[in-house]
Amino acid sequence: MSAVTPSAAEQGSAPGVGSGGTGSEAPPPADPSQDRWGRLVQDIARGNLLVVVASFVFAFIIGSILILIADTEVREALGYFFARPGDTFSAAWQSISQAYAAMFRGAVFDFPGFTRTLESLRADGGTGTYVWGPALMRGLRPLTETLTIATPLVIAACGMAVGFRAGLFNIGGTGQLIVGAMVAGYVGFTFQLPIVIHLLVALVVGVIAGAFWGGIAGFLKARFGANEVISTIMLNWIATYLLFFALKTSAFTGANQSQPTSPSVKDTASLPLLLGSQFRLHAGILLAIAVVVFLWWLMNRSTLGFQFRAVGSNPRAARVAGISPARASFAVMAVAGALVGLAGAVHILGTEKRLTDGIAGSLGFDAITVALLGRSGPVGIVLAGLLFAGLSTGGRYMETQQGVPLDLVSVIQALVVLFIAAPPLVRTLIGLRRVDNPGAGERRRRARATSGAGEDRTGATRNGGSSVVSTSSAATSQAPSFSGSSAAPDPAEPPGSAERSGARTETKGEDR
Amino acid sequence: MSATTRLASDDAVVQKAVVDERPSTWWHLPLTTTILGVLGLIFFGLRGIPGASSTYGIAREKDLNPLGILPEQVTVPSMAASIVLAVIALLASAALWALQSRPHRLRPAIRNTLVGIFAVAWVLSFMTWVISERSLSVGTLLQSTVILAVPLAFGALSGVLSERAGVINIAIEGQLLFGAFGAALVGSLLGNVWAGLIAAPLVAVLMGALLALFAVGYQVQQIIVGVVLNVFAVGITSFFFGSVMSANPGMFNSPMRLPTLRIPLLADIPLIGSALFEQNILVYLMWVIVVVLTIALFRTRWGLRVRAVGEHPRAADTVGIKVNPTRWSNVLLGSAVAGLGGAMLTIGTGVAFGEDMSAGKGYIALAAMILGRYHPVGALLAALTFAFADSLQLRLGTMSAAEGGVSIPGDFLLMLPYVVALFAVAGVVGRVRVPAADGIPYVKQ
Repeated sequence: MSAVTPSAAEQGSAPGVGSGGTGSEAPPPADPSQDRWGRLVQDIARGNLLVVVASFVFAFIIGSILILIADTEVREALGYFFARPGDTFSAAWQSISQAYAAMFRGAVFDFPGFTRTLESLRADGGTGTYVWGPALMRGLRPLTETLTIATPLVIAACGMAVGFRAGLFNIGGTGQLIVGAMVAGYVGFTFQLPIVIHLLVALVVGVIAGAFWGGIAGFLKARFGANEVISTIMLNWIATYLLFFALKTSAFTGANQSQPTSPSVKDTASLPLLLGSQFRLHAGILLAIAVVVFLWWLMNRSTLGFQFRAVGSNPRAARVAGISPARASFAVMAVAGALVGLAGAVHILGTEKRLTDGIAGSLGFDAITVALLGRSGPVGIVLAGLLFAGLSTGGRYMETQQGVPLDLVSVIQALVVLFIAAPPLVRTLIGLRRVDNPGAGERRRRARATSGAGEDRTGATRNGGSSVVSTSSAATSQAPSFSGSSAAPDPAEPPGSAERSGARTETKGEDR
Repeated sequence: MSATTRLASDDAVVQKAVVDERPSTWWHLPLTTTILGVLGLIFFGLRGIPGASSTYGIAREKDLNPLGILPEQVTVPSMAASIVLAVIALLASAALWALQSRPHRLRPAIRNTLVGIFAVAWVLSFMTWVISERSLSVGTLLQSTVILAVPLAFGALSGVLSERAGVINIAIEGQLLFGAFGAALVGSLLGNVWAGLIAAPLVAVLMGALLALFAVGYQVQQIIVGVVLNVFAVGITSFFFGSVMSANPGMFNSPMRLPTLRIPLLADIPLIGSALFEQNILVYLMWVIVVVLTIALFRTRWGLRVRAVGEHPRAADTVGIKVNPTRWSNVLLGSAVAGLGGAMLTIGTGVAFGEDMSAGKGYIALAAMILGRYHPVGALLAALTFAFADSLQLRLGTMSAAEGGVSIPGDFLLMLPYVVALFAVAGVVGRVRVPAADGIPYVKQ
């Protein structure tokens, strides 16, 4: 390990690194442009982007297999596969392409709707913006729906991220969301207040309720050392049954007590619509953006956030520095609960309007996966939130159009998160090990052939090894709570590096 | 004179040292029990229904009951009985105050006995209050407790197996679900319930393999893997349920049931006979596996190695124990055990597979494992406790509200197991010692 000295300058000029897996004899390639391209290929290969893309591809491939298994036509065609194999393939292609096309149509852009509106308006004699405007509105309707769904998801994921960054696994998103939505909804449909104040009061009580519910778990953790994973899960169920009970009382159901649904939130308390009454997109999205900025400020600029991160990365060191881990864990859970409670409030005041027994749906658990996929960072959460929202709106459309169960979406989402969490697996699957550690096999073979290794070759190997180590440790420091031991991410021991052990065996081989 | 004062001061120092030996949280347990006891006394006893009576069914007609020693029913006045039981609970609490406040540590056996007395008295007080003007058959209650405990116990044992080897197993929920799914699917396809019983652990092992692959092989944060795998398990089983199974339920998802194996004579013992000796094979397997695992973990070489891997993997590696293979095999073994618990949900109770039918049982099993201090017997006892709360909830939910009786909203009853778990985890978990390397991936150096 002592031979490895990660440094940026060395990495940049490391001979053999930029050769892009060609494994040539001469360490520095003669052509500088080829070197640059090689390095680019490597950057892409090592960077997260390719892993992310490949993760999606694999997840969708597995999703396609599931679609095929579920599709009766494909199974029927498979029955006479050897007689007419073409039928199977065409049926398979039909079913997969139609399912994913429906998903896209439901999530991003409704092209058939767009052209239909365009043609009908043209037929009526419309021109210019009179045609394009409504047609585009029609086409982009799914996208606004995706944004609407993404709004509470992103807010809740920000709450989850606070916990993850502080090393606390808040699984209680569902409970905090339910409590926030319950209280905010109750204020929204019961009280009579002036227009802006009503909304603000409803949002604030939602936040307080969420903070309280999260705070219970935080208190139990701080005072009694209760495992937050267990206690938040139990609180989820308690909140769920509390909601069921509330929806049987006259205070929540209003006049019609037989239906487990509350009256609609009053107009004074609902979040204003942004694109007119045809679209569900509401001002909550602005709140979501504000929350994302708040998350960035909290975790990166504020003292409280520093304490959270310190406790998350090394509780013992934090205690030595004068931060009380117990108090911090209570604060973390309260802040996380507050944000998730806000998500619940936004969900009911903006999107749902009525409190039902399925108000939280899978939002709480989706928020966890979004936060994980977004690596608990603001930008990542926004992207992941949009993606998950798109998948679920598209999935719902796919279910109605193609009869593919919506559960496919949660399978795909889970697979994406799993794949992204294990970059080495993805790299192995797409055969990128070579690019990752260029010419490793070649050098090992050479080392075996000439047991007394030359000075220059050893240097090349060491440099190659060092660059791998530094990139993997950089990736770890980007996502401290994501891979490896969250309790104590030690910079000297970047976890999850199969490459690193490869590099190490290589060095051993050279030393022999 | 001066000598005595010096002695006195010395004694004070000693006394202080002894006082310091007492944990600073000594008052938690007595305080909690006192609050609960007072609440019980007020709500179950003093605010109960005057003149009402509660009936417990004890011995059934066909039961073995020589000379009628046990009465068929016991009827008590609700209010008086509740008050007496609550007072007993409060006495246990007072004893805890007296013993815990003493400077030296209380022996765990005494403490546990007192807590046990408190819990039993408190629960009986609650039950007596809640069944005012109604009757409750204790034998049936215990029987359904054991049945409901099976998935929880198997799930908790799965947790014990993998966490003793240092792998956090949040994916119990998914393993149960896979087991239930596999049992229903294979049993239905082959038309043989025993095939389903064999298939359940095999299908659940898939889940364990995924957990081990990501947690051990790729060293992904283990809680994350568990949570995501649960989402995956719910998604994929619901997907097949919604597409393949619901298209042809007769072929893929027909309800079938493991036969009940009744042990003659023993099954006729009043109260506990039907609970212990009139069950299907999974229940008997549960007892066997708990015993086998306890011996295997704490009395065999294999168990020592597993625990070494969970406590100090580097040391284990140094003496030649293969750390990651041990973790792999334990996770796989654990998920197979959880699969048996999943089988109880479908073929064990004779229902077809349903969407998300484990419904949080895996998480309760997790709580049971922690509550049971990562010990098979403890896990079983905790699982039985949760199952008792669940069974009571079911009994009370199906009992029609009697005229003038107590009626608790059904949703609060449904909440009961989770509230019990929350209190239990908060109250007990502080004293639980987690395997030192639990959740930390091992990278060989």
